[in-house]
Amino acid sequence: MSLFGTVGIILQLLIVVALSPLLIGLMRQIRALMEGRAGPGIGQPWRDLRKLMRKQPITPRGTTEVFRFAPPLLVATCLAVAAAAPFVTTASELDPVADLFAVVALLTLGTVALALAGLDTGTAFGGMGASRETTIIALVEPTLLVAIFALSVPVGSTNLGAIVTSSLDDPGQVFSPVSLLAAVALIVVIIAETGRLPVDNPSTHLELTMVHEAMVLEYSGPDLAMVELASSMRLTVFLGLLANLFVPWGIATTGAPLVIAAAVLAFVAKVALLGACLAVGEVFLAKLRLFRVPELLAGSFVLGLLAVAASFFLA
Amino acid sequence: MSTALYIQLIDLAAGALLLTAVLVLWRRELASIIEVFALQGVALAALVGIMAVEQGSAELGAVALGVLLLRAGVLPWVLRRALAGAGATQRETKPLVNVVSSLLAAAALTLLAYAVSQPLVQLAPSAATHAIPVGMAVVLIGFFVLVTRRLALSQLVGFLLMDNGITAVGFLTTAGVGLIVELGVTLDVLLVVLVLQVLKTRMREAFGDTDLDELRELHD
Repeated sequence: MSLFGTVGIILQLLIVVALSPLLIGLMRQIRALMEGRAGPGIGQPWRDLRKLMRKQPITPRGTTEVFRFAPPLLVATCLAVAAAAPFVTTASELDPVADLFAVVALLTLGTVALALAGLDTGTAFGGMGASRETTIIALVEPTLLVAIFALSVPVGSTNLGAIVTSSLDDPGQVFSPVSLLAAVALIVVIIAETGRLPVDNPSTHLELTMVHEAMVLEYSGPDLAMVELASSMRLTVFLGLLANLFVPWGIATTGAPLVIAAAVLAFVAKVALLGACLAVGEVFLAKLRLFRVPELLAGSFVLGLLAVAASFFLA
Repeated sequence: MSTALYIQLIDLAAGALLLTAVLVLWRRELASIIEVFALQGVALAALVGIMAVEQGSAELGAVALGVLLLRAGVLPWVLRRALAGAGATQRETKPLVNVVSSLLAAAALTLLAYAVSQPLVQLAPSAATHAIPVGMAVVLIGFFVLVTRRLALSQLVGFLLMDNGITAVGFLTTAGVGLIVELGVTLDVLLVVLVLQVLKTRMREAFGDTDLDELRELHD
């Protein structure tokens, strides 16, 4: 069992690191095709990362360790979640770490590190981006917790592996009003948290609208590569969590090589499909005004809260 | 129908009722609020229909059909006509309480509904009575819409939301209120909506507006 768990961890890390830039590439390519452009191909984010990695590291004058430690911390938190969460297998060696609160805290830690780095540069844009990101994260985090908590109530455990296993055992759970409400809340929150449209536009550098890009404006070279890699990994991790919490079929519960291979394929297919849906949806959306964003997030918070309430009174 | 499937379908319909009630608070455009209200009518009719199939009662089935016709067909149609007759200033609701606070209030009202309906649920615990808090929550949210909206049309939607909630609670507690009672209530609601629509048209002709906050002073 321990060998299976270790293999699972290594596979999950490899998949998330290797395929998350490809996911971004896929989403950009879909967007380009739907807008009638040729598009750079799905390998472009990896080529960008390789180019950035070769450049000389430069940090702006006056910045402190906060600025330098943020990118490695961001990557490290994503890697920890990628290793622990139930993506390919539910029997990961790090299963006790894959707790709802631990995973959300790890992911938020990365965001906070980046927001502090944005403040540390002392530029107007960095501060503005950090303040916007903090506004969003303050509304996103409770919703994230409440929405996944609603799923954990029928299971009686906040361990993500246990939640996935129990919905594998009882497929009816997936179609209950609790999980529908929680799914809607979680989708809204994931869009806000990963900085996609309509909350943030990942492809703009317009000073009035950018949120995530404003914080990382001062990064260059390998640091920027790390930030880019981490933000694509976050997207993969969130989409993977969404996929496996609500559509857990295909995940490996035993250690047979064939089962693991099928689990890897199922995971990649699910995440690619979700990413494609997100990209198609984005073509038809305009960015929301910043002051309307709290409205959207409050709505998803209420849906999450209703999911928790429903899981108690419809049980 | 197996018991597990029955429970699941009842829960699903109840969830849809609650979701549409929250969406009414969330949306700004009156046109989409009316669409959501029609969806809620479908969910309510589905709830009654599921109970009819479970009990094998043709009378309840007829009531479900009536609910579907009235709440997903006639009432939204009347509302849409009223909206089409209104001017461009009437397209969006003007809530007294902003959307974020009203959504949070809806969450609090749902918890309140859960708290106050516990004694009712414990009288006869079953799948249907477990969904009573949802009906209560819809009633409370409807009342909240009624008191926090300014335009006559959106207040009307609040009133109808409340009535949907009352109907849902009625069916969930008594498993069928009887065809005559339901018919009477249904006709009453339809009449109220028609009278209010006429009143609203008269108001608009007389004052050029249906913002009820403006109607404070008496004139000759």
